[in-house]
Amino acid sequence: MEPNLSRYIWRYTSRQQIFILIIVALSMVPYFMSFNLPKQIVNGPIQGVGFETADATQVFMRLSIDLPLLGQVLLFPGIPLERLGMLFALSGVFLALVIVNGLFKFYINTYKGRLGERLLRRIRFELIDRILRFPPAAFKRMKGAEVASMVKDEVEPMGGFAGDAFVTPALLGGQAATALAFIFVQSVPLGFLTAIIVAVQALLIPRLRRRLLILGRERQLTARQLAGRVSEIVDGIHTIRAYDTSNYERAEIASRLGRIFKIRYDIYQWKFMVKFINNFLASVTPFLFYSVGGWLALNGKLDVGQLVAVIAAYKDLPGPLKELIDWDQARQDVQVKYATVVGQFAVEPMIDPAVQVLSTDDTGAQFTPPLATQSLGVTDDGGAAVLERVSLSFAPGETVALVGNGASGADVLAEALARVTWPTQGRVVAGEVDVATLPDAVLGRTLTYVAADSYLLPGTILDNLLYGLKHAPLRPPEYEGAGIEQRQWEISEARRAGNPDHDPTGDWIDYAAAGVPGPEGMHRAVMDALEIAGLTKDALDLALRSVVDPALYGDLAPRIVDLRQALRETLIERDLDGLVVPFEPLAYNPEATVLENLLFGTATGPALQPDAIGQNPWFRQVLAEQGLTDALTTLGQGIATTAIELFGDLPPDHPVFQQLTAITSADLPAFQALLTRLESAGVAAATEADRQTLIRLSFDYIEPRLRFGLLDAGLTERIVAFRRAFHEGLPPALSDAIELYQPDRFIASASLLDNMLFGRITQKYRDGAERIYQTVGALLPSMGLLDRVLGIGLDFQVGTAGRRLSLVQRQRLTLARAVLRRSAYFVFNRPLSALDPRGQDLTTRAVLQHLAARDPAPAVVWVLANAALAPLFDRIVVFDKGHVAQDGTHATLLEKGGIFKELTSA
Amino acid sequence: MLNDEAKMLKRVPLFAGLSPAKLKLLAFTSERVMYRAGEVLFHQGDPGDAAYVILSGRAAILADTEKGPIQVAEVDDNAIVGEIAILCGATRSASVQATTAVEALRIGKDEFLKLLTDFPEMTVEVVRVLAERLTRTTAELTEARSRIRAAGVPV
Repeated sequence: MEPNLSRYIWRYTSRQQIFILIIVALSMVPYFMSFNLPKQIVNGPIQGVGFETADATQVFMRLSIDLPLLGQVLLFPGIPLERLGMLFALSGVFLALVIVNGLFKFYINTYKGRLGERLLRRIRFELIDRILRFPPAAFKRMKGAEVASMVKDEVEPMGGFAGDAFVTPALLGGQAATALAFIFVQSVPLGFLTAIIVAVQALLIPRLRRRLLILGRERQLTARQLAGRVSEIVDGIHTIRAYDTSNYERAEIASRLGRIFKIRYDIYQWKFMVKFINNFLASVTPFLFYSVGGWLALNGKLDVGQLVAVIAAYKDLPGPLKELIDWDQARQDVQVKYATVVGQFAVEPMIDPAVQVLSTDDTGAQFTPPLATQSLGVTDDGGAAVLERVSLSFAPGETVALVGNGASGADVLAEALARVTWPTQGRVVAGEVDVATLPDAVLGRTLTYVAADSYLLPGTILDNLLYGLKHAPLRPPEYEGAGIEQRQWEISEARRAGNPDHDPTGDWIDYAAAGVPGPEGMHRAVMDALEIAGLTKDALDLALRSVVDPALYGDLAPRIVDLRQALRETLIERDLDGLVVPFEPLAYNPEATVLENLLFGTATGPALQPDAIGQNPWFRQVLAEQGLTDALTTLGQGIATTAIELFGDLPPDHPVFQQLTAITSADLPAFQALLTRLESAGVAAATEADRQTLIRLSFDYIEPRLRFGLLDAGLTERIVAFRRAFHEGLPPALSDAIELYQPDRFIASASLLDNMLFGRITQKYRDGAERIYQTVGALLPSMGLLDRVLGIGLDFQVGTAGRRLSLVQRQRLTLARAVLRRSAYFVFNRPLSALDPRGQDLTTRAVLQHLAARDPAPAVVWVLANAALAPLFDRIVVFDKGHVAQDGTHATLLEKGGIFKELTSA
Repeated sequence: MLNDEAKMLKRVPLFAGLSPAKLKLLAFTSERVMYRAGEVLFHQGDPGDAAYVILSGRAAILADTEKGPIQVAEVDDNAIVGEIAILCGATRSASVQATTAVEALRIGKDEFLKLLTDFPEMTVEVVRVLAERLTRTTAELTEARSRIRAAGVPV
């Protein structure tokens, strides 16, 4: 990138800069006209010059110009006006000039702003474009937050400066030069004097400011490092807490902030000192005029009139000069910022832009097999050779296992094949072409690389699965009406700022790269990839646990409701019906809470939430009518009594408190006091507050879980009776606050599984939940719902770097993303390291089997974490200390013995 | 219910000396579980993480042999199985399989040990029961030895 900001700005905005300069020059005309006008108004109509008689008139707006040869040309003869008429006419012209000046200013500022913002967009894009082209080694030293703060914050002032980069010096310089020239005209010696002082100012002040620039650079660096440190704290938070080093971090941050404070304070001191000197120099000039000019005048070398004129002219000099010096300060400031940022982004060797050029063509033919290495060597950052003189060739369709212990170099070879690591000696070739020169559009589609830590992007599981297919915008979206205009604006603006105008909202998915004809075939391919990577069950579990908005999934809701009956029958068939207690409108469900049984629905609004419902008038009214107020108070009393009996003398951190959700150890004394009050007066006489507390306590009670023996048949019958009364007279205001359980209706606020079961899984059987999951999983395909439900699982958001998934799920997902692609070469670099040996075995087999069934079968290079799986491959290459130790089929290697035998027998 | 469970626990010798309140707490910290006929409570060789008090039903104790599992004993109401596991971390020395529908209290090792540390009087009571068992076992051993010696076999 151009290291000089001014030149950079000029290169991309020269035409606009010249245009705005012309506009600025034009704007000077009304500006200077408006200067003279107040004097005319005061002298003319107000003080009466030219209106000496009562009916005197003056000509208004007479326009004429003197032209050579033609003499005076009259453009507008003018209108004769009386004194008052003249006053209003001139005032009107004044107002018009004010408006014209304002409009000029408005236009100029908007124009400069737009110019600056476009330039900012260009710089930012160029920086990010460079990140995308950095060599792999650069990322080992780079901190994401520091780079982000450069792109986001540090280049920001450049946009603001770009508009002023040329206009301001031209304007102010012009003004200052005019003033200086005027002084020269009046008196040459005083002119020289002024010029000398101005020169001193112009030379000295920037010199003094050099220190400010150094400080400014330091401020920028320390602020950037602070951003880096903050992100390190976020990334390392678990280690920091686990090792009790949070105070070390606090101390480090505090001292860093201290350093930043010192730098900033220094900047203030210097800034104001420079300002002081600047002001002083500006005032020295009039001092010299008075003293030297006065002396000259006294000696008769200068006449007094001239001196007064010089002093008057000088009045116009310091303003522009000061602003010019300020502008220069701003220029140097952004120039320094710009230079440091550009320096940071000048990483060599940068990947050639041609390598990453976008291509919508089928690029498979540009790749000539075999993929091979020619005396490949890789040296790590510490200078140790991790791979030495490796020459291997991988034929199309061949499956090769790379085995070796931890530091054997097999993983580095896989990285080198995928260009994740660049060779220090030798090269990786496709046919005879060095892969370093192959465009991404060729290698990135012909070769699929998966590592143990491949990155997942924030988004859904499906987004991540399809990510590997988004090479180019193949089908632009269709726009209508205002959308077309918006899109055209986006395109033209992008071009003006040197950005690409590809539409990210279009369909980027390369269906052919997934081996399917179009969007309709994609679903099947995704499901297959999930199955091969062993993710189907995870996706199903995620789906069953999620709460879905039925409106987003078409006729899913009624079909889930239909499933309820089928599921019930299947459970009976499998003799598992005892595992689920279904919701029945006329029966108490012992596995659900008391509140759930009362409402027979889920509270969806705030009014009926457990903590608020006690205050709801309708709820209280029905409770009283059904004679449940006292009954629930007594239930609460029973719970509190038993809880105190059981846990009264337990230490507060005892795990049993976790089983009681409504009572913590801190609450016990309050409940003890409440019970004592109640004992003396009886439940009927309890205060309102005590009653509320106890009723609230009764809400969460589930008899089979707590087994306090407090629910009898009479109470459960009354609770069921309450339901009907509560629902029948439900005030309209509450109709949105609750979603009723109805056997033939989908419950939008419950999970998918709850909707299928329409009941609660009993606590009695230890593995009840797991068996239910199995049964549901087996039932869904026969109901034709498996794919739809899995689709919901695929809509699960994976979070930052996929952290909402387990490590095993992440590795399986990156594998599924890879097998979705139809590439000629697959390079797997210990992709399943987090799985147990059995899982590795099953998944590796499934992947190999799937890939072998393709036509033509791709070549597979697999770095095995577990050498025991090597017999699954056509060929085995054994690595030891960066060298190829053995190379052959499983049978030949076994015969030879040596390292391979050691690895497999260990 | 807890009260019933506490009464059942009272009949288990290991817990017989505990106060009613502590028995109730023990019952509460345990899990009430059900097994159908044929289901397995635990397998031989599993890590021992809980003891089971049979509340109703019968279960067979099975030992794995080369010829497959053979039944070595049968237990029913009030029996406790796997109790050694909650005192020391041994693996299961036999499998237990329900022969009828079984309802049991599952006393988790961690929960039980936590109760023992929180209530020393419980520990004393459990130690007393164990010591009695040890005394009885020692007495039986001495008697067996003397009988063998009387038979003239060198020990």
